[in-house]
Amino acid sequence: MGGHFSNTGALSTLTQEYRRRPDFFRGACLFACILTVLLLVFIFGEILLKAWPAIHKFGFGFITGTQWSPNREVFGVLPVLIGTIASSFLALLVALPLGLAIALFLSEDFLPDPLRQVIRFVVELLAAIPSVVYGLWGIFVVIPLVQQYGTILSAHFGFLPLLAGPAYGNSLLTASLVLALMVLPTITAISRSSLVVVPYSLREGSYALGATRWETILRVILPTAAPGIVASAILAFGRAMGETMAVAMLIGNSQRLSWSLLSPSNTLSALLANQFAEADGIQISALMYAALLLVALTLVVNLAGEMVLRQTQRATAGLR
Amino acid sequence: MSTEEHPIQIPNSTARPLELTDDFSPGETNFIKVDNFKFFYGKKEALHGINLEIPSRRVISFIGPSGCGKSTLLRNFNRMNELIPGVRHEGDITIHGTSIFDPSVEVIALRRRIGMVFQKSNPFPMSIYENIVYPLRIAGQGDRSVHDETVERCLCSAALWDEVKDRLHDSALGLSGGQMQRLCIARAIASSPEILLMDEPCSALDPIATAKVEELIIELKKDFTIVIVTHNMQQASRVSELTAFFYLGNLVEFDETRKIFTNPSKLQTEEYITGRFG
Ligand SMILES: Nc1ncnc2c1ncn2[C@@H]1O[C@H](COP(=O)(O)OP(=O)(O)OP(=O)(O)O)[C@@H](O)[C@H]1O
Ligand SMILES: [Mg+2]
Repeated sequence: MGGHFSNTGALSTLTQEYRRRPDFFRGACLFACILTVLLLVFIFGEILLKAWPAIHKFGFGFITGTQWSPNREVFGVLPVLIGTIASSFLALLVALPLGLAIALFLSEDFLPDPLRQVIRFVVELLAAIPSVVYGLWGIFVVIPLVQQYGTILSAHFGFLPLLAGPAYGNSLLTASLVLALMVLPTITAISRSSLVVVPYSLREGSYALGATRWETILRVILPTAAPGIVASAILAFGRAMGETMAVAMLIGNSQRLSWSLLSPSNTLSALLANQFAEADGIQISALMYAALLLVALTLVVNLAGEMVLRQTQRATAGLR
Repeated sequence: MSTEEHPIQIPNSTARPLELTDDFSPGETNFIKVDNFKFFYGKKEALHGINLEIPSRRVISFIGPSGCGKSTLLRNFNRMNELIPGVRHEGDITIHGTSIFDPSVEVIALRRRIGMVFQKSNPFPMSIYENIVYPLRIAGQGDRSVHDETVERCLCSAALWDEVKDRLHDSALGLSGGQMQRLCIARAIASSPEILLMDEPCSALDPIATAKVEELIIELKKDFTIVIVTHNMQQASRVSELTAFFYLGNLVEFDETRKIFTNPSKLQTEEYITGRFG
């Protein structure tokens, strides 16, 4: 290193100076990176450590158990796990078609461009609203609606387990609807970006074969963008699972297993938020065990999303 | 622009009827008729009143310097230019005596009768099989046996069958550049069009792939009327029987390829094919 310039005087000092300066920044960046990784390891380790007594005591039964009663020191997290996955899944069920429709409208030229920019801005603004505000909105708007229409629904379709009454306002459905709105920007933004990178030559090719606009969208553009859309759904799912405040305010915090969408339920993050303040002893450890499950779950989901997304980028890069 | 004649006077070729001397059944001599056709991108006039009669089952090449309007005219035959906002045309183009701009003509139906191959191959990110079946599916043809038959026939026509018959259900994106372009040709003929439009189909291909596509073009003219835009003079003389030379939005000369390349009537044509400009 530096051998070339060792006997060229001024140039040599200059080169060394150049080398030294970036070295400082490089070091600083490297330090920040390592710190982040260490922090992650530390958090994970800390949770594991605190959860250890519960893991040791309840083992796998913690995951399969359906009772959660801190007074009797019985901790089973299955209803909460189901609530977590069900609420996120329901949110996705609502948000995916809606988000995809918006993304299509934003990527195709159905609307004049200025209008598209406005819609795009508004949808992205949804991501900026704090969780607690969504929670309040849910309490004042969605809960009364779910209660009102849920009562009517369960009166007519109550024989279906999914719609069995009574319709509580604080319910799985309420939380899912608000969650749907919260993950909408994620779905719209990622889907839109995977739709706009579909090369124009493919649209042209499809039109030249006599396809209509909708045939082109449904048969060529959407399939080409499919991996990105799948990735957006997975990432939205991950976001929905980790969402805490709004869910804790709306879901009803019940650890009872129920089929009905209109019954209260619970999620891992809401459970933690609601119980941690008053917990002591083994309950703290049990909550940490639940936190560990949550971290593992979101990690797996996010990793899957990232992987699909990366694959998409590679695939569409091959198209251009 | 000036339509200055060649110093040595040769009778104006576009004025006399074309005499085609070879074995093919002549077909209609004015299959595609372009009648005083002007085309505008916004305010810019890209074609200044083109008159051209293309006979059926021939290969016609469009040559001329970049920006002279070859693609513009080609993309009007299947009305692809309508996808660009702010365009308009004057004059008419008829196929089989019917105006393609007639309100009764459905652009979807028109495009099914006219295949198009683009400069850059554009296979859809689906299997080889599905690429070829695509035009059938959108035409509402769902019969599996028809699909199988069409895939084999079109891939054979495109001289691709032997190379891909064992991997029909693999992604089309796994093919080589030349194979992709031949797949696009196969797809373009799947709905049995009468006309095949090709806009510089070989410009992204290596010489071997180009030779294959050229052989293919010569083979395909038995069944199709082929209009090919090319910058490659050798290619034009190898594959086409008729050549149209465009310059600055005008059709300068249209004649038998042999004549255009050996004894052109117009000075501009001669200058272009001998490489003095363009
Ligand atoms: N989408 C468009 N909008 C505006 N002007 C255009 C558009 N497409 C082409 N033109 C203009 O029309 C003229 C003819 O273009 P065209 O693409 O038909 O040329 P070409 O002969 O195919 O050239 P090349 O050999 O480079 O492909 C050019 O002056 C070009 O700038
Ligand atoms: Mg062109």
